[in-house]
Amino acid sequence: MQMDKKLVIPGDFLSDDVKLADEGTYIEDGKVFSSVFGIASLKNHIKVVPLSGKYIPRQGDLIIGIITEVSFSNWIVDIRSPYEGLLHISEFPRRIDNSEMSKHLGVGDSIMTLVKDVDPSMKVELTLNDQRLRQIKDGQVIEVTPSKVPRLIGRSGSMIALLKNETNCNIFIGQNGRVWITGKDKNLDLAARTIQKIEKESHIPGLTDRIVKFLKEEKGMLFKEPVKKKEEKGSAKKQEQEPEKEPVQEEIADEEAVKEDVGEPENMEEKKSGGILDELLDK
Amino acid sequence: MVKPEKLIENGIRLDGRKPDELRPIKIKVGILNRADGSCYFEFGGNKVIAAVYGPREVHPRHMQKSTSAVVRYRYNMASFSVEERKRPGPDRRSIEVSKVSREALEPVIFQEYFPRSAIDIFVEVLQADAGTRTAGINAASIALADAGIPMKSLVSACAVGKVDDTLVLDLNKDEDNYGQADMPIAMTPDGKITLLQMDGHLTREEFKEGLEMAKKGCLAISELQRSALMEKYSTLIEGEVNE
Repeated sequence: MQMDKKLVIPGDFLSDDVKLADEGTYIEDGKVFSSVFGIASLKNHIKVVPLSGKYIPRQGDLIIGIITEVSFSNWIVDIRSPYEGLLHISEFPRRIDNSEMSKHLGVGDSIMTLVKDVDPSMKVELTLNDQRLRQIKDGQVIEVTPSKVPRLIGRSGSMIALLKNETNCNIFIGQNGRVWITGKDKNLDLAARTIQKIEKESHIPGLTDRIVKFLKEEKGMLFKEPVKKKEEKGSAKKQEQEPEKEPVQEEIADEEAVKEDVGEPENMEEKKSGGILDELLDK
Repeated sequence: MVKPEKLIENGIRLDGRKPDELRPIKIKVGILNRADGSCYFEFGGNKVIAAVYGPREVHPRHMQKSTSAVVRYRYNMASFSVEERKRPGPDRRSIEVSKVSREALEPVIFQEYFPRSAIDIFVEVLQADAGTRTAGINAASIALADAGIPMKSLVSACAVGKVDDTLVLDLNKDEDNYGQADMPIAMTPDGKITLLQMDGHLTREEFKEGLEMAKKGCLAISELQRSALMEKYSTLIEGEVNE
């Protein structure tokens, strides 16, 4: 970790340059102070990433919600925030009747959804009217601290790409800290454990290296296929070295390569959805 | 206990402290799994736990404010926290302490960041030994930071008082019971006072001097608060050494 990152508490002095102040800071008497307990980075913009905290919805966020109530023309959705999400019937991809709402989405169902609008009083409007969005019917949803989502994705998607490659799972990370994983049971478990490790250790430098090592060790125990392991490791390394260069295409290519190696016939639809998810994440 | 003849002898107090010395402090951050932020705070014989939940939905609904968060503070003494069993539940005193403690913390919380939500602070006194409200405020301010709630700064609190015509910092139970004055003060590290109460009598000069003593005490506490928070993520520093 570079020297320009440090642990700060609320009220710590950060800089004299007011113009650089970003999230997690406040300005008083022409000086910038930290407003949260977290990691401050002073490069380019001065911002503090909190170590904990609730998800605050913002327009354009892709999140994972759980239906808690079906009302006359809205689904009320738990989005892991102090505020509930409202999904209006007109935001459902198809025209449906009021009486049929709970047939399509019932209480307890999980959805990938997009924050369409947030007004100043924090009324959160959601939408499903986007081809990228769908109901979550298989796999597993786990939860992480929302402020750690950027670390889980990595610089331009490097961490998530590594995770997908190594575990052979499809992973979608909602901005609200819910993570949807689909894949085979064993892989799913490994992916979940790795994500928990990332969450726990995200503030300690050298995260990527440790995760690579962790995955290698864990996989050594799970499968005994040294050839496959080596190749996968190679591709992961390559990715790490050049994380800035369009990880989307590279990653898809890698995923396909891996699949060829293992010789696992997987249905095309899932693969496609993976590609779409990646594009979303890199936006 | 009967009133001791002298509370200060040769400049040394009953418990062996100098007049401007604080009692030993022990802090642990993040002790409760299900709270968003929590803190255990030991202040001499005081033992308190603070838990922070939120920002979260406001119940009952009519309490919510449309432009900012509501801060709720509940100070509660366990029935076993004092020598004679205390009748459990809120009483006149704990309602007052809750109110002034809430008002001691509200000025530093950026409430306008979370409209229509509630930030709930619970302070449980497990063992009381004079100065529980200051211990509670110290603990609550750490728990708020631990919960990731945006604040201007931490708040630190301690008391000054007068016993045997001498000003003393951070009174203990006997000094509180048999002393002449007790003045709890809460402030931010840059000296903004958010709570000041006084029980007893002080002259104008004594008040000024006492305020200065309390300032020093609060500053010392705020350093301890900082290191307690840092300690929770101390692996960060170790990691930097390793790499």
